[in-house]
Amino acid sequence: MSTNVHPLVEVQDLAKSFDVSAPWLNRVVERKPRQFVHAVDGVSFTIERGKTLALVGESGCGKSTVARLLVGLYEPTAGHVRFDGIDIARGFKGANGAALRRRMQMIFQDPYASLNPRWKVLDIVAEPLIEHRLIDDTAGRRARVGELLQSVGLAATDMEKLPHQFSGGQRQRISIARALATQPEFLVCDEPTSALDVSVQAQVLNIMKDLQRRQGLTYLFISHNLAVVRHVSDQVGVMYLGRLVEVADKSELFGRPSHPYTRMLLDAIPDIGMSGRARTPVQGEVPNPLSPPSGCSFHPRCPHANARCKAERPALLTIGGVKIACHAIEEGRLQPEPRSAARQEVLAAEQL
Amino acid sequence: MTQALLSVSHLRVEFPTRHGTLVALDDISFDIAPGEILGVVGESGAGKSLTGASIIGLLDPPGRIAGGEIRFEGRRIDNLPYEEMRRVRGRSIGAIFQDPLTSLNPLYTVGQQLVETIRTHLPMSEADAKQRAIRLLEETGIQAAGQRIDHYPHQFSGGMRQRVVIALALAAGPKLVVADEPTTALDVSVQAQIIALLRRMCREHGAAVMLVTHDMGVIAETCDRVAVMYAGRIAEIGPVHDVIHAPAHPYTVGLMGSIPAMDHDRERLLQIDGSMPRLNAIPPGCAFNPRCPHAFARCRVERPDLLDAGATRAACWLHDKQERAAA
Amino acid sequence: MSLPLSDSPVSAAPPKPPGGVRRFFAGDVWHSFTHSPVAMVSALVALVCLVCALGANLIAPHDTQDLAKIELIDARLPPSWAAEGKSTYLLGTDDQGRDILSALMFGTRISLVVGVASVIVSMVLGVGLGLLAGFVGGRADAFIMRVCDVMLSFPSILVALLVDGVGRALFPNAHDLLAFVVLIVAISLSGWVQYARTVRGSTLVERNKEYVQAARVIGVSSLRIMRRHVLPNVMGPVFVLATIQIATAIITEATLSFLGVGVPPTSPSLGTMIRVGNDYLFSGEWWITFFPGATLVVVALSVNLLGDWLRDALNPRLR
Repeated sequence: MSTNVHPLVEVQDLAKSFDVSAPWLNRVVERKPRQFVHAVDGVSFTIERGKTLALVGESGCGKSTVARLLVGLYEPTAGHVRFDGIDIARGFKGANGAALRRRMQMIFQDPYASLNPRWKVLDIVAEPLIEHRLIDDTAGRRARVGELLQSVGLAATDMEKLPHQFSGGQRQRISIARALATQPEFLVCDEPTSALDVSVQAQVLNIMKDLQRRQGLTYLFISHNLAVVRHVSDQVGVMYLGRLVEVADKSELFGRPSHPYTRMLLDAIPDIGMSGRARTPVQGEVPNPLSPPSGCSFHPRCPHANARCKAERPALLTIGGVKIACHAIEEGRLQPEPRSAARQEVLAAEQL
Repeated sequence: MTQALLSVSHLRVEFPTRHGTLVALDDISFDIAPGEILGVVGESGAGKSLTGASIIGLLDPPGRIAGGEIRFEGRRIDNLPYEEMRRVRGRSIGAIFQDPLTSLNPLYTVGQQLVETIRTHLPMSEADAKQRAIRLLEETGIQAAGQRIDHYPHQFSGGMRQRVVIALALAAGPKLVVADEPTTALDVSVQAQIIALLRRMCREHGAAVMLVTHDMGVIAETCDRVAVMYAGRIAEIGPVHDVIHAPAHPYTVGLMGSIPAMDHDRERLLQIDGSMPRLNAIPPGCAFNPRCPHAFARCRVERPDLLDAGATRAACWLHDKQERAAA
Repeated sequence: MSLPLSDSPVSAAPPKPPGGVRRFFAGDVWHSFTHSPVAMVSALVALVCLVCALGANLIAPHDTQDLAKIELIDARLPPSWAAEGKSTYLLGTDDQGRDILSALMFGTRISLVVGVASVIVSMVLGVGLGLLAGFVGGRADAFIMRVCDVMLSFPSILVALLVDGVGRALFPNAHDLLAFVVLIVAISLSGWVQYARTVRGSTLVERNKEYVQAARVIGVSSLRIMRRHVLPNVMGPVFVLATIQIATAIITEATLSFLGVGVPPTSPSLGTMIRVGNDYLFSGEWWITFFPGATLVVVALSVNLLGDWLRDALNPRLR
């Protein structure tokens, strides 16, 4: 199968709902209806080989669920995920399921829960090698684990230690080493640096970028931290209550944000440059995912909402090179606004 | 010069363990002026939360204050018996913690908790206290405060709960509020609201704030001065603008460099090799010396005090006048 | 800028970590043990009882199991320090002339064997079902938990009596060994529910942890994950429970034997001896019941105290 024709990862109308209904007895006695949370509500995007797509959003937006759908930890309620042209829902169950699994791996958020506290680092990193029978002899596995640890900046001798002997940043690096054991092409990273201190985060992000350059890895990077996203991504997707509201190249998204929610997010970030820029006041909070607003789910907080926004859910359209789901933009009521040029100059002048 | 509201001198906090005594805070000194907002920033293990806990008097045993003084309005508070400290807490010093979910008792209404705090410290009737509580809730931006005061914590969202916690902290009219990571557990958009609220309300009520956090952005938005902590010591302290844009201590320089910026691209983030030493392995001399690109012989032997370094003060021998002269 | 060296300051040539045994003695658990007088005394007492029980054949002054050696004429003699006691029978004799001290040792052996065997069977059954319920969830979980609920609503003695009764009905001419097996099964069935619930709770917690999810992403099968990842992490509370349950099992066996439905009369356990002695209590021959009773209390108490200490020592929050 030619790998240059299509993007490495294609997601189409992906949806996942969770049944959070009360137990059957309660429902019958109290006459409560069944309740579902539409964690992911029709999401479509593609990731090109060797690139990084970042998904950002606040709590309840569904980005972590998308990550888990992509590696097969959840099964989708609707929609497809295609990896190198193969539909993964069928691919994982088929004869070549293991081969498919080898090509994609995941890194998780919590460095303390990602490693089995009772296993030595050697066993943790070698598990994929053993499971997929990649290296049969013990000596060969030890050598490979040593190589992997060194590639993430740890020492080969660290393989004899237990996880609790390492700091958060080091544990995250062990997770990366484990994920790379099968030489995957695609890595899903679920908030890999959110639990780490700033200086440790810098180390881990640098390692991830180096590895991407050296091995041609493709990343799906989940985060709520826009500054980190700006540093690592090529393309950015903004999610809100299970839907994608904007997908754009990094420079477009940060330079000329279109969707009102994207603008709100960018405005809300504390300004370390202290330029004293004017901010539009932020309104409200993310609504309860059990009862999302009708139509465009952002309309209660949007300064540009009109009647159509309350009634009709906007489709993700391509407008001006950017994918965006917003009636106001589509109708031309709202223009994407460059972040002020004057501000850029002030910041450039203050460079350390 | 007005007397400092809070004065911490040479504070030392130890944890006796069976492996030996761990020094978690080693000779910390700083002041907070009335109405000022001081940020205390540092990475995990630096001791910033412990500093807050020592001031409020909520240090968990076996941790204990082993040296130094904490003075509030000139009066020593670090050695007070439990009952007296309890009166100081709430009336003079308020506290805001990180997790709004566990800061409020789920079994009592918000109104009951506010009224209890108010009446514990101020002589007021129940009705007056309730009025005061409603006014406080309105100030924090909670709509329909008159009705919501009778709601339980679980009926509020995360950001709303943190507003209630702020109201609770200010209920008895304290002069100092210690806020430990008040926005870390909140969404980005809510964080911005809460930071602005905290700043506004403390200004209006005339309360000084000690804001403990790991987030430099929050510090930049809120604080007047900031203290950067490292391995249980203060590395640098000074006005916020100067510490951020012209840091004097190599650790602060590294820290600012490793934060990804919102407005421009960099191929690699500046990284400080190694990691903060564990409490049982703090190197002699300056705690940062193994990781410092500018370390020299004296750094490895002698621990520096906070020295004048232009607009800020930094605990670094690079700013010692004699070293400068010799260089 | 080159990649950073390893963060740990002494990683250049790290010493090989100390082997398992040395690590244990340097660890927190051993330290807690040596600093807890209660734990050390209980351990000592339990050890003495164990040695006496296992080495009964060698240590006991009289062989009470050999019917030929028992002198009926020496029946119901008081302990040696009383007026009519004989020095050869330190604690007196029972109604058939058996030396009480020796009978205690043999009886304790039986009690311990039955107690430990029951606990092992309970543990295997309970941990297995608990893991299954916690990991698989859904209907299997609901079913297993309902079975647990039902079993908990029966008092454990009643369950043991029921199984024992069924066993005797099924095998009326049971040899001694079968009687033992039935007894062990009876006690196990009354005790496995605790393990199942504890393990199910821990499994539910561990199942959602990211190292389990990472194993699933790698493609490891559910059975392997349960066995190799989850099981080692849920066993901590199980060992504490097992220690305490040994005492409960011994007492349950004693109760059953006291009621006459436990061990066969040819191998008297502590419970049997208590029952026998009960008949003579009001005629003044107190020693026949008292010493077995005291031994039972001592054994159960020391094992219980050890279990308490173990639970606190293993609790990371209390350290």
